[in-house]
Amino acid sequence: MATVTSAVRRPAKAAWLSVLATLSVLSFALSVVLIFLYAPRDVQQGEVQRLFYLHLPTAWLAYLSFFIIFVSSILYLLRGQARWDRLARSAAELGFIFTTLVLLTGSIWGRPIWGTWWTWDARLTTTLILWFIYLGYFLLRAYVADPERGARYAAVLGIVGFVDIPIIHMSVRWWRTMHPEPIVVRSEGPAMPPEMFTTVAIALIAFVILYAFLLAVKYWIETTRDEVMEIRGALEQHG
Amino acid sequence: MSAWSQFIAIVKRDLLLEWRARELVIGMLVMALLTLLIFNFAFDLSGAQRAASGSGALWVAIVFTTLLGLGRAVALERQEGAWEGLLLSPVERPVIFIGKLVSMLFFVSAVELVALAVLAVLFALPVLRPGVLVVVGLGTLGLCTLGTLFAAMTASVRSRDVLLPALVFPLAVPVVIGAVRATTLELNGFTADAAPWKSLLGGFAVLFFALGALTFGSVAEE
Repeated sequence: MATVTSAVRRPAKAAWLSVLATLSVLSFALSVVLIFLYAPRDVQQGEVQRLFYLHLPTAWLAYLSFFIIFVSSILYLLRGQARWDRLARSAAELGFIFTTLVLLTGSIWGRPIWGTWWTWDARLTTTLILWFIYLGYFLLRAYVADPERGARYAAVLGIVGFVDIPIIHMSVRWWRTMHPEPIVVRSEGPAMPPEMFTTVAIALIAFVILYAFLLAVKYWIETTRDEVMEIRGALEQHG
Repeated sequence: MSAWSQFIAIVKRDLLLEWRARELVIGMLVMALLTLLIFNFAFDLSGAQRAASGSGALWVAIVFTTLLGLGRAVALERQEGAWEGLLLSPVERPVIFIGKLVSMLFFVSAVELVALAVLAVLFALPVLRPGVLVVVGLGTLGLCTLGTLFAAMTASVRSRDVLLPALVFPLAVPVVIGAVRATTLELNGFTADAAPWKSLLGGFAVLFFALGALTFGSVAEE
């Protein structure tokens, strides 16, 4: 059966996966050097400020993942091709992990600086709600028995959730705010020394490469899982 | 049948069934009243700040009651194969969505009227101002659009009682924030300040009504 051999075949694009992995390791090595040796010590916050180089990229990736889920969900509902659902599932898993990391790194960073582990300002609250939406996404997929139906429902949740995120953010911000003003993306340029900007840019690139690698591997795992399910189903049918 | 008459048929049938059995609305009403009662013991609903606590209690009661009602409504519908029958008939999915939404709005509104009366009497809050009623209406609309969509998804799931709130609560945060703030402002007489919150609630309701109608077809496919 062709499906058996394809399930155990190495991914067709194994070469570029290895390239991504290598790039990822190299860029992370470079980032670590930059973070600890090149970036200056923050005058007010001290060494703990270096968490920023971890915190910002994970935040961007947490939200990027949801965007990927959004686009994949629309494509899945429109075209019904399994690959879009696989992409959504993979991005969801990574997104959930990165959202957890954002909340943790932010909390650890905030404790010495703000004197508190948590505060209900706009960005933290929205990210916490995002975390719960991801959780709901996994619960939905887990509890719905039929996988195809689960995929469709999850796609609807992905679309509704993504559209809701900016509204959630807006409503929470109207409610209260305390997060430091955005210092990276501003019209008159970032408000930090160029060394810090370089470091965070490199760290961001490193994380994006890592993300691409993880997403590709996860997608391959999901593809294989689907093929195994298919084979199992066929075997059960024919006894 | 035109879409309009299909919609009327769906709403009429839900209202008629509920009128005969009356179990859904009674259950929701009991839930709402008990929630308000418990809130009285949890927070100070008699002091000078009671507008804020009162509107918070009201909206928590509305959220829990709406989700309870939605869960039970979809469960009742799945009995006797009524849902499959509805899906097999040549009704457009958005029409089913709007029909279910409007039926639920009737039920929730009935419960809310009593809850508001209780809030007014027991906690001395001026809830019969038009501003308050507008806020309650807009907030309920937003909640019910989200709720109807996700209730249909969770209908055949065993742990629906857990899953439906888990899905709806995070997404309904703007409604809860906006509704509580606007209700507090209206109860205290600051109608102008409540205006941006009312726009938020209205915009939310319109947006997710459209999104719900568009995606209901993917959800209501058995």
